[in-house]
Amino acid sequence: MLALLQQTSDFQIISRETVQLIMPEVILTVFGCAALVLDVMLPRALKKVVAWVSLSGVGLSLVSLGILYPNLVNNQSARVGFFEMILVDDYAVVFKLMFLIGAAISIILSIKYLDEEGEQHGEYYSLILFSVVGMMFMASAVDLLSLFISLELMAISVYILVGYLKRDRKSNEAAMKYFLLGAFSSGVLLYGMSMVYGLTGSTNLAKIAAAIPNVLKIDVVKTMTERSVMDMRYLLLLSMVFMAAGMFFKIAAVPFHMWAPDAYEGAPTSITAFMSVGVKAASFAMFGRLFLYGLPDLRATIAGNAADSVPSLPGWAVLLGVISAITIVWGNLGALTQNNLKRLLAYSSISHAGYTLLGLIAGNQTGYIGVVLYLFIYTIMNLGIFGCIIALKRRGISGDNINDLNGLIKKAPWLTVMMTIFLLSLGGIPPTAGFIGKFYLFGGLIETGNPWLARLAILAVVMTVVSLYYYLRFVKHMYIEEETETTPLAPSRVLNWTLSVAAVVIVLIGVYPKWFIDISQRAARSQALKTYSYKAEEAEQPLELPGSMGAPSR
Amino acid sequence: MVPLSWYLILSAALFTIGAVGVIVKRNVIAIFLCIELMLNGANLALVALSGFFGDIGGQLFVFIVMTVAAAEAAVGLAIIISIFRTRESLNVDDADTMKL
Repeated sequence: MLALLQQTSDFQIISRETVQLIMPEVILTVFGCAALVLDVMLPRALKKVVAWVSLSGVGLSLVSLGILYPNLVNNQSARVGFFEMILVDDYAVVFKLMFLIGAAISIILSIKYLDEEGEQHGEYYSLILFSVVGMMFMASAVDLLSLFISLELMAISVYILVGYLKRDRKSNEAAMKYFLLGAFSSGVLLYGMSMVYGLTGSTNLAKIAAAIPNVLKIDVVKTMTERSVMDMRYLLLLSMVFMAAGMFFKIAAVPFHMWAPDAYEGAPTSITAFMSVGVKAASFAMFGRLFLYGLPDLRATIAGNAADSVPSLPGWAVLLGVISAITIVWGNLGALTQNNLKRLLAYSSISHAGYTLLGLIAGNQTGYIGVVLYLFIYTIMNLGIFGCIIALKRRGISGDNINDLNGLIKKAPWLTVMMTIFLLSLGGIPPTAGFIGKFYLFGGLIETGNPWLARLAILAVVMTVVSLYYYLRFVKHMYIEEETETTPLAPSRVLNWTLSVAAVVIVLIGVYPKWFIDISQRAARSQALKTYSYKAEEAEQPLELPGSMGAPSR
Repeated sequence: MVPLSWYLILSAALFTIGAVGVIVKRNVIAIFLCIELMLNGANLALVALSGFFGDIGGQLFVFIVMTVAAAEAAVGLAIIISIFRTRESLNVDDADTMKL
């Protein structure tokens, strides 16, 4: 194996520079393993130490990301490593930052939640760390192989976490549903990937992007009797649909969303929070890599050939447009009738996935900024709202039902105010961050000037108004309804502080969004630029479609 | 020599059988087996194409997928055992605590 690898021109010794590229992930992995060992060594009363160790791991990882990043900007060559499987650019770094912030808040939420459940175990935190490692690799992977394995690392860890309350019937059931549908979607995604490999002869996304124009060539053979068209475009369309379907499962877009409400309701609340932001954001990062970086030529149409009357096929933007329209409508309508808070938020998170897809469809700078910015804001606000639900949880009261919120303003005024801020932000009301995110997403669509996309934007705005109904229902229960039970809340100081910071950040982004828009812009720009610069490079030496006569590709 | 298209047809058939099985089967273990069948269908396509191109990437991919499938099986069977403990049944239709 090694000998074969050495023959290829890609071979490079794994040097210090390349290891530096994945330093944040390495640190997290070490801390994940340490958490497992600590869990066995510590007595039952001290299990909480594992949580703090994991949290410090996330903090260290953030620090290493901060140290690594300026080095990368100065040194262009060190950005690609591990046989061109990892690319650390602005896009990856911004997403990694997002995942680490999400993981840190999730761990803090978990401490309180697991205390209430009486299930404080170390492996929980190590699984969170491992899944974050998967997410971080998903953001920086630029090879089908590394994308797939990092996706699975994340997914398998989360399957276990969903079923973490093993004596709880709901948790079991949620884990089973999530696992079966998740594994199914991985199979579909993998088959799509194998077709792309067959068509382009490479698993590297940049090489795939370069080889696509060759696949698009249509050979029309005209003889006296028949006219045969050699057309690979249908296969390309099919593989694109397969990969998109696999990704739609992961982000819970509508025809593939069936698992989401059940998995979100049954999972431990802290994991629901983690899943709804981390897994979703990571899947969007991968979505962006696969489609913007790997298949940029297939955006609007898969080009046909007018001269030979070969029609064009719809590209992935069309597919995403239809799916996002259905997702936004269905997610919002589904949420209207829910009384379980977790289930309601599951439907709301489905609709938010639809909104985020809009940015990928628009395909301009504003849209891409919107995607990154919205995912960032969504991470904070959704973790915030789940944190509030966890804060409501105390002995005998799950805090899941909407009636548990009745008269909350009298019991916990500050918690109520924070919850209101998060809800208004989810609904996209102006002084909060949610408005800024939606503004960019919808603005990107309008900017394209395409009448269909403008209609899509109008639909999204209308459905945003619908969503206000169920977000304001929370507010009604908190402020207007009379108290139905008087059990005092069991507050946790750390949780309260975290939520307060999150609420302040949400308002701050709403008032002064410049800093967040800047970093989102960097991410968006790097994504677009990389694709184009690579194509310009390839144009000089056209890549031969490998395998036409069984010849080796290199 | 067996032409490439035969392998690809077989892999498509394996994948389709697996996908249909996931939809029609009611037993959790059977569904899980069908998912493995789908993965192996994709694996076969990757290996066949890799041999055809003379490119090592596809074969590497298959090794990774096999490892992932093993990890998935370990986790999946654990989840199935825990669901059997609480329900005494492996029928997916019995897992209906949560509905709309």
